[in-house]
Amino acid sequence: MTQWRPGCGGERLRQRARLLAQLRAHFARTAALEVDPPALQRAIAPEHHIEPIRCYDGQQLCYLHTSPESCMKRLLAAGSGDIYFLGKVYRSEEQGEHHNHEFTLLEWYRVGWSLAQLQDETAGLIGDLLGIKAGCAMSYAQAFMQVGGPDPHTATMAELLAWAEQRAVSLPAELERGALLDYLQAVVVEPQLPHEQVVVVNGFPAERAAMAQIDPGPPPVAQRFEVYVNGVELANGYLELTDGAEQRHRLEQVNAQRLVQGLSPIAVDQRFLAALQAGLPAVSGVALGVDRLLMLQCGATSLDEVMPFSQQRV
Amino acid sequence: MLSHTEMKQGKRVLIDDQPWIIVKADFVKPGKGQAFTKIKVKNLMDGRVIERTFKSSDSVAKADVVDVEMQYLYNDGELYHFMNPATFEQVALSEKQVEECKKWLKENEVYEVTLWENRAINVVPPSFMILEITECEPGVRGDTVTGATKPAVVESGASIKVPLFVEIGARVKVDTRTGEYMERAKG
Repeated sequence: MTQWRPGCGGERLRQRARLLAQLRAHFARTAALEVDPPALQRAIAPEHHIEPIRCYDGQQLCYLHTSPESCMKRLLAAGSGDIYFLGKVYRSEEQGEHHNHEFTLLEWYRVGWSLAQLQDETAGLIGDLLGIKAGCAMSYAQAFMQVGGPDPHTATMAELLAWAEQRAVSLPAELERGALLDYLQAVVVEPQLPHEQVVVVNGFPAERAAMAQIDPGPPPVAQRFEVYVNGVELANGYLELTDGAEQRHRLEQVNAQRLVQGLSPIAVDQRFLAALQAGLPAVSGVALGVDRLLMLQCGATSLDEVMPFSQQRV
Repeated sequence: MLSHTEMKQGKRVLIDDQPWIIVKADFVKPGKGQAFTKIKVKNLMDGRVIERTFKSSDSVAKADVVDVEMQYLYNDGELYHFMNPATFEQVALSEKQVEECKKWLKENEVYEVTLWENRAINVVPPSFMILEITECEPGVRGDTVTGATKPAVVESGASIKVPLFVEIGARVKVDTRTGEYMERAKG
């Protein structure tokens, strides 16, 4: 019986420990407080394409947090100031070379910062840790167009399908416009982003704002950025939505759409919405996938190589 | 049915009314977007390899295939006949279907035959086989340490490399997945 062995050896374990220490040192230097919100939640903030892991605490249905976002925003509304979380989050149905049900997330919030300031901090931190240059920034539309695609904000379905047929190996059946854009982003655009540098993409379509503010445009875009290195998405940042009524409306929309898709709705965290109602300060926040960062730091190609016990070993 | 998260390497699926084996599965998901599973599948009938992509609400039918241990009987010039030693039921495979396994076929040896809707569609040899050497250069006595090898042919027809001391008539253990000589068979 050798299956008890971890997937990564001693050197990788030391690299992981060093990276966690480097991240904590960065926040000690820049005056953010480490917080450890609960993983076990009775209600969460539902998202369109993130499926929580459900469990039972002996009395009622619970969820393992898919992100520490709602509790961190409750802390911010209570006046915590800059805070960060470094710990595990859980997502059902996500497993692959760059996905694992349980993974280590770094999430932090800077009170009063613009999205551009947070973008610079994130790209700078990643660049330093990977020893590469901070690199370039481009809009979501530019990312499509630099690989020969049409403008994703204005292209017709026919134009997108024609480009997909020309570029993608195989197209899933019956895609709606949003799904087609997601597919093209994942299989055509992301792998061709510039390598060996930190690439920031922003200006995502407003439908993908989640908890970010929307710039009315035109075109209307989410105040949100993603950071990529070698085509791997590492971080996702928002100028946080502070309008409680708008946030409630978006979460209810997610559940309405889940019902249409035949999925069960997710209990919405009312205490999180109450915190927004009470007043969240102007704040920018970002989440960074630590295992993926470690994977790039080690030159590994899959999470299994840098996680002691990835999903296939538990 | 297999949901998109159940589409894993080694699973056998039914696409376009034919059985395929998943040889590679990739899960992709952009930032806040939808999830997709890209699979590369190999046709169990003719070996063709294609790619298909599924979105998270999609599923694919499982192919109703089973693997049965069967004894190789004979080749009638056209078909290769196998028998289930438990039920004495016999099946036959075409030249094309035994192609990859052909050089390891030896009468009375037990192979893994894949059945789809009760029709035989593929055959896989055991990972290790004991086979007699039928052709090779004469042995060089004493040289057991240099690691030098010479070409040889085994009774099933496969060409392998063996150490210099191995003679015609010797029985050797071979890894059929790599075609490598392992050791002289004991007994």
